[in-house]
Order: sequence, then structure tokens, then C-alpha cells
Amino acid sequence: MIPPRRPRNPTLLPQAALAPPALRSRQATGLAVAAAQGRFMLQVCDDCGRTCYPPREACNVCLCANLRWRDVPTGGVVSAQTTVRISMDPYFRPRTPWRVGTVRLDCGPDAVVHLHASLAPGDRTRLTLKLDKAGQGVIFALPPSDTPDMPTDQALRETTCDPRGRRVLVTDGRTPFGQDLARTLIAAGAEVFLGLAAPWHPFPGQDSLPGTPVTLDLTDSRSTEICAAAIAGRVDIIVNNAGDFRPGHPGLDDARLAMETTYLAAARLAKYFLPALQARGGDGPYAACAWVNVLSIAGLVPDPAYPSASAAHAAALAQIQALRPSLRPLKLITAFVGPLDDQWHQALPPPKVSPAQLASAVLTALRNGQEDIAVGDLARHTLALWHDNAAITLRR
Amino acid sequence: MSSLAAFAADLATGKIKVVDLTHTLSPDFPTIVLPPEFGQCAPFRSEVISRYDENGPGWFWSNITVGEHTGTHFDAPIHWVTGKDLPNNTTDTIPPADFVAPACVIDCSADAANNGDFILTVAVLEAWEAKNGRIPKGNWIFFRTDWSKRKGAAYANVLADGAHTPGPDAAAVQWMIDRGCIGFGVETIGTDAGQAHTFTPMYPAHTLMHGAGRYGLQCMCNLDQLPATGAIIVAAPLKIEGGSGSPLRVLALIPA
Amino acid sequence: MRQGYEGIVVAAPVTVPYERYSIHGAHGWIGRALHGLLRAAGLKPADLDGACLSSFTLGADTAVGLTQHFGLSPRWLDHIPMGGAAGVVALRRAARAVQAGDARIVACAAGDTNAPDSFRHTVAGFSRFAIDASVPYGSGGPNAAFALLTDAYMRHTGITRADFGRICVAQRANARQFPHALLRQPLSLDQYLSARMVSDPIALFDCVMPCAGAEAVLVMHEATARDLGLAYAHLRGAIERHNAYPEDPVQLRGGWAMDCAELYAQAATTPAGIGLLQTYDDYPVIIALQLEGLGFCAPGEAKDFIRAHDLRLEGDFPHNSSGGQLSAGQAGAAGGYIGLTDAVRQLIRTPLGPQIPGLQRALVSGFGMINYDRGLCSGAVILEAA
Repeated sequence: MIPPRRPRNPTLLPQAALAPPALRSRQATGLAVAAAQGRFMLQVCDDCGRTCYPPREACNVCLCANLRWRDVPTGGVVSAQTTVRISMDPYFRPRTPWRVGTVRLDCGPDAVVHLHASLAPGDRTRLTLKLDKAGQGVIFALPPSDTPDMPTDQALRETTCDPRGRRVLVTDGRTPFGQDLARTLIAAGAEVFLGLAAPWHPFPGQDSLPGTPVTLDLTDSRSTEICAAAIAGRVDIIVNNAGDFRPGHPGLDDARLAMETTYLAAARLAKYFLPALQARGGDGPYAACAWVNVLSIAGLVPDPAYPSASAAHAAALAQIQALRPSLRPLKLITAFVGPLDDQWHQALPPPKVSPAQLASAVLTALRNGQEDIAVGDLARHTLALWHDNAAITLRR
Repeated sequence: MSSLAAFAADLATGKIKVVDLTHTLSPDFPTIVLPPEFGQCAPFRSEVISRYDENGPGWFWSNITVGEHTGTHFDAPIHWVTGKDLPNNTTDTIPPADFVAPACVIDCSADAANNGDFILTVAVLEAWEAKNGRIPKGNWIFFRTDWSKRKGAAYANVLADGAHTPGPDAAAVQWMIDRGCIGFGVETIGTDAGQAHTFTPMYPAHTLMHGAGRYGLQCMCNLDQLPATGAIIVAAPLKIEGGSGSPLRVLALIPA
Repeated sequence: MRQGYEGIVVAAPVTVPYERYSIHGAHGWIGRALHGLLRAAGLKPADLDGACLSSFTLGADTAVGLTQHFGLSPRWLDHIPMGGAAGVVALRRAARAVQAGDARIVACAAGDTNAPDSFRHTVAGFSRFAIDASVPYGSGGPNAAFALLTDAYMRHTGITRADFGRICVAQRANARQFPHALLRQPLSLDQYLSARMVSDPIALFDCVMPCAGAEAVLVMHEATARDLGLAYAHLRGAIERHNAYPEDPVQLRGGWAMDCAELYAQAATTPAGIGLLQTYDDYPVIIALQLEGLGFCAPGEAKDFIRAHDLRLEGDFPHNSSGGQLSAGQAGAAGGYIGLTDAVRQLIRTPLGPQIPGLQRALVSGFGMINYDRGLCSGAVILEAA
């Protein structure tokens, strides 16, 4: 069971922000790629169809090297269980007892897994790939269908970022998207701070804002620093929806503006807020856990109609990737969006992303602990193309 | 004793007082916001280069970014299309003598302080002249509204149909130009009224003043400390090459 | 049938007394073992023209680096990274080299050092599959890996913790008579059963204690041993197998079963002819797998065998004469030799504790390398008194 959140004992150091062993082979990193997308993928041999695990360089049936990551069936049967009571690793030590099992997967191989508390040998299980606090993909064996007690499994919670009982900063409350994010997170049990830049300039919805408004202008270092000084020590999740996505003028001022509102905004969050979150990244079931960035899919596959915005979102994305290792154990979640249903995209035909759609997708990503999500059909489609062949997708 | 020596003595003895008409240049000071499809004026931003730290152990300095029309600022004639072909119309070519000039202060604070739609009309100006005498050539004309005493949203006063801040109508602007003023100065974000996009011509203060080679001063404060006449204004913009304006320090010299 | 091991003998068993923690590197421990061989056999370093070495804690070095470290110039050299199977496999390799004339006298040695926290590093980087697919799951180390095997084996066979406890208690009794054992306090079945759980169902006394130590023997022709005036035991048979039964969901059997008929045929004996069984004993469940795989009992019936026999030195089925790794300590790769050196001492009648009366044949079994979810290497040799 997850105990309710209590004020921290100020006489004790917080539990250290450690991560489990992060070392992996290049092949095993494929597990993290699948886990980030919430998929269960293993290497499958192109020649003989064998599913291979642990990840490897050649098929252990026919020895051919044509192994491809594919979605595979998630079922399995638990063959053995143990409860680790003494761990050798500083991350696991304070988190024992820790359940581990061996599972025979329906798709063939046997896997050592994190075993949900309710499972025992002989039981059917549903396997998922989760990102652990090292950001690596690990197999978690869950009950065949969701059970009410499932989210209360402490080990599973280590791989997710459920906003319930956590404090969330939504960085831009000036748009319906930010306001809907805040409302959705509040409904999911979070306490929300809603960032507002330029409070002197009116905006829709300002008279019925959800959450606690805080002055925050991510284009201004000083404003970011002041806001961080006030609340960074209390925020467990940052949802950064600030950023511009507008058609380009020929002038370079647009490029500068796009970088300010998107790339540099994220850089300021990283500098002023994230260290405080990271320091609390191991502190119990309500540890600070995630930095969500809402970025355009054009940051991955540039949109010729939006050159400056594409570049700024690409820059933000590159920055987030570069910061990933140094910000563990925090999850760095990227919510790729297609065109938003806002005034900048009036000329575009549907599908466009609505505020409710974005909010619901971000909530799901937090609950599942996914780091890479695509919101809306267009972003999903583009991401699928990119995963299939990034080079071709960029050329087209 | 030369007049400058007398001036220096009066400064030293406090017979002449220096009043700062400038707001602090800070990131959260409201800037003009055009409809979103237009390019925008950059607000003031400051990034520390070093502060007695590893980037500079013994010194503190910052890089700033700012628009030419951010904070208390000066408008040069080239700012508006009507003034684009005039001679000496940029911050680096305006004759420096124009940066020091007397000012007449039209006090409308009683009517404008609580009325965002207050309009400066010829009638108001003529009433001022009836009381204070004819405005001499080469003067700044300052429009006192006490809007500088407002903060944040109340200062910008933006509603769904745009900003509501006091300003002159076209006739009043033409009247001031005819008086030979050097320029027009205000406490609000623009020399024009917030609703001046509905006037004919649009934005008369910008359109007519700059078209006539005159200057603008915006976002000033402390106009309530100035006499109706007799203040000397020192308002020298940064010497930006081809600049359309610049933030600046505006000082008034007044008799104590 | 493949060639036998006629004329090959094992001599000069050396055990460098174990220490819980050592300030010396593995090089030092292996060096002391080799030095022990020279003294025991009256040889000069140049007489060692073959070497077969094993260690987990040499850092960047292998057997190659050790030749320069020790000033040896062997004409035949092997490095055996097979942990608990290292001793058995080394004998096989060395025997063939001597038979072929590639080497005259082969020093087979294994040694490791141990410092606080060094075992954690060995485990955390043990193998690519372990790094990718078992270490991140709780980092329980070998305890967790063997706990899973033990859990499955217990469900499968109905063996109880008390059965495992009988093995551990008997080995402790042996260790109390073995001067180099690190754990020599008496151990009762109650103590075993009430010990704290480490990784269910593995409890404290199922676990070996990592330590520093080294073991070594010489392999040569019988004629060479005679010339040197050395006591020796004959190598009668040897098998090895790697990654046996890969399709088993959990390891409930090792590779011995695939080859043990050949082992007994080579040695012209049967399980009944074995007077001392030295199993690899990290953890008790692996002993059960060896009893079954080596034909001492049918698959799944180790529990009955354990209940029916006294496994102490003085019992009807002497097993792990030195107390095994469970009581003597686990000195890394030397754990793959601990049964071998003490079996040779028993066979040449120079035991460090009591002699097993009339001992003719010993079977030494090896098991090693939990590369991921199971031990990959298994092997066994049969040694016979001269």
C-alpha cells in the first residue's frame, strides 16, 4: 500500500535520489525505446521467427543476425519467484523487500522480471516494459488485467509518475491547453501551480483559473528564478506547455522569439527548477518524478511551413535528450503534439489536438511512466513514420 | 559669471532640482502588445555574465536584450512610415541640440486618471494656453494623466477590444505640430490613445508627429512634479545606428 | 568412444588459507598458490611448462599477464573463465596437453582476492546478459538468481528447507575438522531453519561467504610424478557441458546428465564406486541437481537421498570433505577447485583433517557461471587413488 503523503521530517536527510544500475548493452537499450512508448517489444528473428531475450546480436536458434524489434504477445506464466530482502545495490537496499520472478513468455523466452505483489508461480501474467529510475527498460509482470490494488504496488510506482498526491507546475496557464492540463491534473488528485506570464496582459479564462496561480515568465531568467525560489522545493512534476508554434515570417526576429519561448524557456526550467526536483527524486512514494515537455512533432520531423518553430522545438528536444542522463532519476517525458486546435492553426484541416486531448494524454503518460508519447493522429502517424525510417521521413 | 556657471552654481546649491521621469527598466514592465499576427517588441531581459563567480571572480555584469520601444523610451521620426524619408530621422542623426529642450506640461490628471478613454482635444490645449500662455516653439508638450501611478494590468488596461489609455485626437496632434513643438510625451505605453486604431487617421500621434519630424517620449513618470512651464528636459536616446528609438533616461531640471 | 586419460595424474594439492578480506590482489593469491606447488613438488619455476589459470579479480589481466608477472615462460597456457567449473575443466585441458606432449608439467591454479564491496562489483558486471537482464531486477546478486532456481526446484520436487539444511549442517561438521575453513562454529538444523531470509527461500546459511583464497594442483604423466617422487591420484574420467537444456523454463537440471554415462564408462565404475563426492555447493539446490545429474539418485529424488544418507566425512556418503564453500568460504574461481584439491589430498592420504578410510575413488563436480538465469557450465572428473 502507498501511505498518504505526510509532511517530511525536517530533521532527516531526504532519501537519496539514486537510480538502479543503468549500464546496458546497446541492444538492451531497445527495451527502453519500447518502454518509453508503452509498447512490449522484443527482438524477433527475421529468418526463423524466434523471439529472443535477453537482447542480443544473433538469434539463439539459427544464429542469423537479422533481429528486429517487434511488438510481441504480452502473456506469460510465472515459473519462479523470490523476494529479495538484502540487495547489493544502494538504490534497492532501502526499497527491499523487492519481488523478482522468472516468467516463461508466451512468445518463447524466459525472463527475469519485476514481479507484482499479487503474482505467484503458476499464475498467468501480463508483461509490460517500464522505464525504471535509471531510464532503462525493465520487464514488469502484472496481473492479467488491471486490479484495484495494482497502482499501489510500490515497485510499480517507482516506474510511474502518478500525479495523485503530488504537486504539479503547469508552466503556461494563459492558454486553454494549460488550463485544461491543470484541471485534469487536479481531478487526478494533484495540487497544481499554474504559471502565468505577463499577468498585466489579459487572456481567455483568467477569471476562472484552476489551481494556484504563480507568476512565471519562462522567457525571463529573473522571473523563472524568483518563481523557482518560491515553489521549486515543493513541485514534484513540471508540465512545460510554454512555447510558441506559429507560421514563420521571413525575418529573423521570429526565429529569436521561437527560441526564447521554446528552447530557452526549457533551458531556464532546467537551470532554476530541475535541480530542486532531482534532489527529491528518491524521496519515497511521492518523490519528485517528472519533467514533461509538450513539443511539436515538427521538432522531430520539421514542417516546412513553420521553419523557426520547427527549429526551436528541435532545439528543445535535443536539449532534453542531452539533459536526460544528468537529471536521473527524474523521467523526462516528451509529449509530441500535432497541430493544436488554436488560432495559429485555423487554416489547417483536422485532425488537430484539443486541450482535453492533450491533458488526457499527459495524464496517461504520467500514470504509465512513458517518456515518449504522441498526442493526436497526426503526431502518432508522423512518429510511426519516423520510427520506421527517420531518414526517409525527414526527406519527405 | 557665464550662464552655464550660474547654472552649475544653481545645481550645486539646489536651486535647480533634477527630477527623474524614467521608469526602472525591468522584465515585468508592460510593453506594447500588437495583435499576435504582428511582430512583437522584445521586453527587457537581463542575463548575468558573471557575478563574482567562476565566470568572473571579481566582477558582476550582464547582457541585456531590449526592444527599441521598451520601457521609458524615445520615438524617432523613422519609427513611423510617415517619417521614413525625412532627413535626420534616426537616433544617430537627430541633432543633439534637440535632446535638451523645455517642456510644457498639460495636466489632465483630474479627468484622465480614472478614464482610460480620455481624449486630449484642441479645447483642452486651448484652455491650458488660456491659463498658462501660448506654448512657445521648440517645446516638448507633456500630457500628464497620472497613469504612471498605476501598476501592471491597470496600467496596460487591455480589454477584449484592445487597450484603453488616454491620448490625443488627430486635431490636437495637428494643433501641437502647428505650435512648433519638438515632440509629444506621455505616461502611457504609447503616445497614441489605446483605442487610436479606431481614429482617423489611425494612430494620429505617431502618424502626424513623426510625419512632421517630431519626436515622442513614452512611459514617463513623475510628471506631477513638473511645473506647467519652465522645466528643461534632457532626453537623449542611445546612438543606435539607424535606430527608430531607444530606451533612455529622461531627466527634468526644474526650479526648486 | 573418445580417448581416455590413461597415464595422467594429479599431484601436489595446494590450498592457500582463505581470508575474509585481503589487502593483496588476485595476482598475489595465485602467486602464493604457484609458489606452494613449487615447494610441494620441489620444482623450479622453469619446470612449469604449462599453466592453466582462473580468476575473477585480475582486473585487466588474464593468464597471459600472469606469466610476465611471475616470470614464467610456459609453452602451453590456458585461461579458464568458468568459475565453479574451472577446476574440472582445467584438469581436462591440462590432461590433454600432457597426453599430446604439448606440456610436461601443467600448473592448474585459481585464486581471487576479496575486499569490502569488491564482490558487488564482480556481480554487477558479471556478464552482458546479467547486466542487461538480471542485475537491474533487485540486484540481489547470486542469492536472488539461485533463490529463483531453489523456489522452482522446491515446488517441482517437494524438497524442503530441512533437506537443504541437512546438507549444510553436515558440511559444517566437516568444516569443523578442516583447519582452513572460515566458518567453523557449530551449526544445528534449528539454527539453519531459523536464520533470516536473504532472498526467499534462500536464507543466511544457504549462502556462501565471499573471501580471498587460492587453490592449485599439478597435472603430469604418472612417470613424471614418479621421477619427482610425488604422491598422485589418477584422472580416470572427465566431462564438461555448457548451456545444457536451454529450453527448460527454469534450471531444474544441469548438464551432467547429458554426459555422466560416459564419465562412469571412462572410469570403469558406477556411482556406487564413488567413495567421496565433492559437489559444487553454491547453493544447496545445486547439490541436489548434481546428485540427480550424476546418477546418485533419480531426477527429483535428491530429497530422499539426502534423508537416507549421512553426508559427513565419517558418514556413509562422505560429501564435500572440507566443508565446501558453504563453510570454508568462496574464494572466487578457487571455489571451482576447493573440492578437487581436498579430494586429491584424501586420495594421496595427506588430509588436513580426518582421512576417509579406504578411499579409492572420488568424484569432483563443477558448476558455474550464472550468466543470466541459470548456471551454464557443468563438468565432473573421477579421480582414483594410486
